[in-house]
Amino acid sequence: MAKKFMYMNTKAPYGSIYALESLEVVLIGAAFEQDVSLAFIDDGVYQLTKGQSTDGIGMKNFSPTYSALGDYDVNKIYVEKESLEERGLSLDDLQHLTWEDEDEDWAEKDSIRLVSRAELADVIDDQDVVLSF
Amino acid sequence: MTTLHTVNKSPFNSSAFDDCLGLAKSGSTVLLYEDGVYAATSGTKPADAIANTDGVTFAVLGPDLKARGVEGKIADGIKVVDYDGFVDLVAEHDKVHAWL
Amino acid sequence: MKFSIQINEGPYQHQAADSAYQFAKASLAKGHEIFRVFFYHDGVNNATRLAVPPQDDRNITQQWTELQKEHNLDLVVCIAAAQRRGLMDEDEAKRQGKDANNIAEGFRISGLGQLIEAGIESDRLVTFGA
Repeated sequence: MAKKFMYMNTKAPYGSIYALESLEVVLIGAAFEQDVSLAFIDDGVYQLTKGQSTDGIGMKNFSPTYSALGDYDVNKIYVEKESLEERGLSLDDLQHLTWEDEDEDWAEKDSIRLVSRAELADVIDDQDVVLSF
Repeated sequence: MTTLHTVNKSPFNSSAFDDCLGLAKSGSTVLLYEDGVYAATSGTKPADAIANTDGVTFAVLGPDLKARGVEGKIADGIKVVDYDGFVDLVAEHDKVHAWL
Repeated sequence: MKFSIQINEGPYQHQAADSAYQFAKASLAKGHEIFRVFFYHDGVNNATRLAVPPQDDRNITQQWTELQKEHNLDLVVCIAAAQRRGLMDEDEAKRQGKDANNIAEGFRISGLGQLIEAGIESDRLVTFGA
């Protein structure tokens, strides 16, 4: 039986490698056909901002990878509302992540679920494994 | 499901402790270890927050307290455990959520 | 009960590796099984046999090697993280055309899938990091 895996993303990209290497686990993990969710809280929400451009810092821009997650059947992406608001951000500041629902004639659906802290607590409570990076 | 939350960062330079409190559900346990033990010391805002949180059990790792010279500063209501106790807490809860 | 341990930080810089070791020792002493210890991020640096800590300090890598021997632990170093940071075993050094290898006895290098498998196969995954 599939386990519920949640990847907790709490750190901003580029300043440290955690965000990138967490994403690498998500991509590999997708092959294991478990029930996967991603949570972005605290500075983790900065991972999803649109318009990232790393030309000036000599590092690889890995933000396009998030938009490929839908193709890996990773389509439950929880973003904590409070974390966004504390940082003066809204959903409009984030990439528009989507996935195609095979069961509904490949209808395009949003992957990001904006949830309150209390709602996220319920989602995390329901998980079997929490992966932290 | 019951969760053991582990916090290993000082509450004075990381939001991990506050975030953990914000998401910890009733029936869960928070284990403070490494620099996280400072949240358990009396006369601090984090210790007040612990006193005002209902339904969540708080434990602190004794060896990390001793190492930091704050064993005598533990606020009331916080259980001190050793590594055996840490292991028991992991076994007793359904999962472990590390607040890194 | 079956535990797995994930270590995200290197030795000496952060307490995570020490805490993980103390936890592993206590778990085994209490009769729990450790399915796997997975070294990720800078945690892969725990596996270098070339570290020479001061005589009066603990040797973190050696502690793991000894614990591995005693309990036949599966100590897995993530290959992707290891390649970035210059950690390699003999096979990998050959494959990459490098003139040396540095993995300590008792550790093995493998893929990220080993972490997911540890999450699937274990009753608990305990993560140590920063």
